[in-house]
Amino acid sequence: MERRRRVRLIALACAGIIGAAAIVGCGGDEGGPVSLKWFIAIQPGGSIQKVAQTCSEESGGKYDIDLELLPTDASQQREQLVRRLGAEDSSIDLIGMDVVWTAEFANAGWIRKWSGPDAKQVTKGVFKPVIETASYEGDLYGAPFNSNTQLLWYRKDLVPKPPKTWDEMVRMAEKLGPEDGGQIQLQSNKYEGFTVWANAMIESAGTQILSGPEEVDLAQGPTEKALASMGLMANSSAAAPNLTTSDEDTSRLGFEAGAAFMVNYTFAYGSAKENAPDVAKNMGAARYPGIEPNRESKPPLGGFNLGISSYSKHADLAFDAAKCLTSEKQQLTVTKLDGLAPARSGLYDTKIVKDAFPGFADLVRESIETAGPRPVTPAYQDVSLAIQDALHPPTKIDPDDPGPAYDELKDKVEQGVKREGLL
Amino acid sequence: MSDRVKSERRLGWLLCAPAAIAMLAVTAYPIGYAIVLSLQQVDLRFPDEGGWVGLQNYGAVLSSGLWWTDLFNTVFLSVISVSIELCLGMAIALVMHRAIFGRGLVRTSVLIPYGIVTVVAAFSWQFAFAPDTGFVNHLPFIADDKDWFGERFSAFSVIIMAEVWKTTPFMALLLLAGLTTIDDGLYDAAKVDGASAWQRFTRITLPLMKPAILVALLFRTLDAFRIFDTIFIMTNGAQDTQSVSILGYQQLISRLNLGLGSAVSVLIFICVLVIAVFFVRVLGARQPEGSR
Repeated sequence: MERRRRVRLIALACAGIIGAAAIVGCGGDEGGPVSLKWFIAIQPGGSIQKVAQTCSEESGGKYDIDLELLPTDASQQREQLVRRLGAEDSSIDLIGMDVVWTAEFANAGWIRKWSGPDAKQVTKGVFKPVIETASYEGDLYGAPFNSNTQLLWYRKDLVPKPPKTWDEMVRMAEKLGPEDGGQIQLQSNKYEGFTVWANAMIESAGTQILSGPEEVDLAQGPTEKALASMGLMANSSAAAPNLTTSDEDTSRLGFEAGAAFMVNYTFAYGSAKENAPDVAKNMGAARYPGIEPNRESKPPLGGFNLGISSYSKHADLAFDAAKCLTSEKQQLTVTKLDGLAPARSGLYDTKIVKDAFPGFADLVRESIETAGPRPVTPAYQDVSLAIQDALHPPTKIDPDDPGPAYDELKDKVEQGVKREGLL
Repeated sequence: MSDRVKSERRLGWLLCAPAAIAMLAVTAYPIGYAIVLSLQQVDLRFPDEGGWVGLQNYGAVLSSGLWWTDLFNTVFLSVISVSIELCLGMAIALVMHRAIFGRGLVRTSVLIPYGIVTVVAAFSWQFAFAPDTGFVNHLPFIADDKDWFGERFSAFSVIIMAEVWKTTPFMALLLLAGLTTIDDGLYDAAKVDGASAWQRFTRITLPLMKPAILVALLFRTLDAFRIFDTIFIMTNGAQDTQSVSILGYQQLISRLNLGLGSAVSVLIFICVLVIAVFFVRVLGARQPEGSR
């Protein structure tokens, strides 16, 4: 008797759960604001929540932006999104796209084109390299939301004048010695950050990885110079002991613990101010180091563009929301709360940006204006993995003979653009 | 066969049918689909492409150095970690078997690592060994700036430690189950005959436990061969520490190359089958009749 009663109870509970699910499933479509789902990486300062709320309110009841926050790691963000997009999931309306995804998403037909006055509105005053990251084959596919770039951070009390090139920086750090902060922090784990570094080196040397979606460039002379500098850096006594596993966070920790040099995104300043005020006081910012003294470097370019999913059922409203979210006012909110660089050049003269980047707002603007974006190709993921496979760990590059490393890089990247074999 | 038996048998089949259909739907269908995909060129990023390519994907996988490096890594990790687990597991099982007081407490506390989510365990071990935030480098005899994950075999050693820590309890439990089936009378008789503790272990315990040991080894080897989480968290395959499962993940989930990725998956499936057959047929066949 007891047993039968329990079975009946379980059955009842199951029926209850199924019934409740059905009721939830039916709700939603009853007038009121349309719910738009925005998938984007979480930011620690809460700026995403703030701009979503502001734009929902300003829509006058037309739409309500629901957030689906993604992890901070770029590869994991992409993996969560592409699975859904590959399955034509209609629950995605707005996508916060890392600058390197545009070609892949556009080519696969996952996102909609921006055109006419809308396109003009979201690109007005936006940095040219940033617009390029949001475009594929001449069409615009994303509304620039924020930008990002890496600077050279150094200790003003240890380094009188910031170095212009990587080789010069290595010499300066070696001369300082390990006891006096003679260490250079960078991102060299086997992940997207390594591709960012390799690309900046190759671009700064005066060539590029791809000249078209499927054309490998990698001019031999400049590429070998870039690789030699990477090998010199990695094999130097100034390299951090955790060089081959370093990322944005370990390098900022290393800098806060006393390293004299670091290349990193702008968040590093806010972090030092909070965690190591003594270091922050002496923190200098300079342009990302180059390869040759007489050739300007091409700093890395990061940031997000907003794409509208092809499978969205409310595309018109999603376009409206994206226009609001990327407006000058909202970009400033993001800068204020999370210290992210605005995508529009004109905003760098405002007080908010100058406060967020005290003394280096113009440097950030110049760095983004002259940045060397990563390759634009639908096979970006393969190309990035190919670069990591070919060059990681960078300690294996011989600075005096970068030839073998060059051959391997070229072979692998060619395999990558053609999407052949295992990577 | 009488009508009654026939109808009962039909009823039996009918009652089994839902379970059988569910099994087919969740196992046979995906496996079959993976095999079909592995013979095609399918890339979700390029929806317009496609078509049958025969065994080309298998050729690409088997001719790639990456597959063989990763297969070596996987076999290396499985063999080393399962061997250590077997020795430790046996010792723990013997202790648990002999424990006179606090039996429940001992068994529960031994099980704790097994109850922790692998990803969480992997993160804890990674933090412990991280050169900037971990405590391991502050221990005596260890260089303060040792980058455990910066080099292949030091990374392997941490991965193996984490795996062993996590799954030894499972091994110990399976072995304990085998231990409890041994009749205590056998030990008493051996003692009377003057057998030493070591002789009792090698002549009574081990032979009688062989089926339990084989089952434990089979389960753990199959599990270890599919190692993914620990490596994914600790190195994500850097410094040549990738396992075949991570290789498959990269083709399928990162590159969305379903053809190549499915070929990798099918090859992993074949490896697992080979291991299972090896244990059941080769090792199982040599089992003495009496212990079955």
